[in-house]
Amino acid sequence: MNEQRSEGHGPMVELTGVHKFFGEHHVLRGIDVVVPRGSVTVVLGPSGSGKSTALRCVNQLEEIDAGAIHVDGELMGYREGTRRGEPTLFRLHPKAIAAQRAKIGMVFQRFNLFPHMTALGNVVEAQVQVLGRTKSDADTRARAILDQVGLSDRVDFYPAQLSGGQQQRVAIARALAMDPELMLFDEPTSALDPELVGEVLAVMRDLAGSGMTMIVVTHEIGFAREVADQVVFMADGQVVEHGTPEAVLGAPSEQRTRDFLARVL
Amino acid sequence: MSAGPAEPPAGVRRIHAVPVRYPGRWVSAVVVLVLAAMAVHALLTNPKFAWPTVGQYLFATPVLRGVGWTLALTVGSMAIAVVLAITLAVMRDSTNPVLRAVAWFYIWFFRGTPIFTQLVFWGLISVLYPRLSLGIPFGPEFWSFSTKDVFTAAVAALIGLALNEAAYLAEIVRAGLESVDRGQQEAAKALGMKDGPILRRIVLPQAMRVIVPPTGNETISMLKTTSLVLAVPFTLDLQFATNAIGNRIFQPVPLLLVAALWYLAITSVLMVGQHYLERYYGRGFDPTRNAGPQRSGRGPRQAAINAARTTPEISTVDDMGRPAGGWG
Repeated sequence: MNEQRSEGHGPMVELTGVHKFFGEHHVLRGIDVVVPRGSVTVVLGPSGSGKSTALRCVNQLEEIDAGAIHVDGELMGYREGTRRGEPTLFRLHPKAIAAQRAKIGMVFQRFNLFPHMTALGNVVEAQVQVLGRTKSDADTRARAILDQVGLSDRVDFYPAQLSGGQQQRVAIARALAMDPELMLFDEPTSALDPELVGEVLAVMRDLAGSGMTMIVVTHEIGFAREVADQVVFMADGQVVEHGTPEAVLGAPSEQRTRDFLARVL
Repeated sequence: MSAGPAEPPAGVRRIHAVPVRYPGRWVSAVVVLVLAAMAVHALLTNPKFAWPTVGQYLFATPVLRGVGWTLALTVGSMAIAVVLAITLAVMRDSTNPVLRAVAWFYIWFFRGTPIFTQLVFWGLISVLYPRLSLGIPFGPEFWSFSTKDVFTAAVAALIGLALNEAAYLAEIVRAGLESVDRGQQEAAKALGMKDGPILRRIVLPQAMRVIVPPTGNETISMLKTTSLVLAVPFTLDLQFATNAIGNRIFQPVPLLLVAALWYLAITSVLMVGQHYLERYYGRGFDPTRNAGPQRSGRGPRQAAINAARTTPEISTVDDMGRPAGGWG
């Protein structure tokens, strides 16, 4: 591992020339993105542009075919070494990959809460299984975080007894309980009824304010304008343009960005 | 969640209409009752059923011992089979090709040969292989034992039933595992969980909802399949015990009734157990469970949303006109 990438310095996330194929389909065509520590990056783009795939590559729910992804200076999925004098990548064991994922929180479009566990159970589970916290420590932490997302009176409810907005807030709490260094949001409000979007965005806004590094794939232009430090616009598996929200949303330099914004605004 | 129709506010008059009448239901009820009475009468009054003999042997010692053995074989073999089946199902979905092939072969072999033949084989194993030993393959032996000391008739029957059943159950478990939404695994992975805990804590408990009903079926079927252990030969089970008495006293019919009554009774108990298992693994999937039986897919969910107070409460009645929250 080279020096400027050691922990605590440099960007939190760095995608370098990332390519991804689904069979014949070339989904990501050389993605380069840098996410500084403590910043919020919002990824915009038409559906099918590869933005969710790129996000899923960051915590290795998808395996990349070319390029490299570094999180907190650490190469994701591989160990760099030498074989017969040649620099070579060695695939990490699934256990090592699980350990890398534990530092990255992820929130899904369809919540993916564990339906057989209460809200509290959902937030406690991985703390005990992955971090090895005691049941009572995990319980205390879970209650504190559920309180933080405004659900202290819903801890004993099962997901099916909660509204979509509440479910997504439990999902955010579940990820935060792991004390992640980075939070990934994959269209967190797309499955919600319009009147429930606000409560989830409010929690995300608070989180951004607390200094959490976040990558958010969304269609909420307003959220991007208000909260993002950086907006990345993707189309056809490529980053078309990126910059401050003012630049990308206010004065886009690319025609494809202008077309997209004209359609969604 | 509301437990029954609430008192309407002033100025709202509940509809009290005359319900639709269904005379056909009354007619069919009478027909069924008459037919049932005829069937019971025909059973009780036919002297060939020899009910006093049934009563005499229903709780006889060999019969009760048969019930005990049949229960032990059923529960024991199902317990072994379930553990083995989960292992096989996981092996079949493994990324390891060796495990996949072994599981495929096991299921192919044990489903593909008759249970009767398998039981005969397990009964004969001490003849086929008089001594079994632990050691290096094709090399020295460290420990050996006489097969007939370990593979008694009861053990052979238990193993034979369990290994056969595991092959069938493995396919049920596989279907259950595949029924769980892929997003569940992804969410668990994203939290950094490893494959073992994901299976144990996340996927399997949800798969159980799909696995339990057909497994209940298999258990009840196993209860009756235990009568095949005479192939081993094992002769203490319920069917063999009642047959033996029936043949000895030249009255096979009442002893068949004794066996049938016991099988029915045990099946009933098993069904109660299944009900509780289903309820346990259904937790979190039916938000109205404590508010009466679920009649509408929409009502309970709307009630949950209303109870959550995140949306302006429009109505406590769902769009089918039923009170939200199910029927209290």
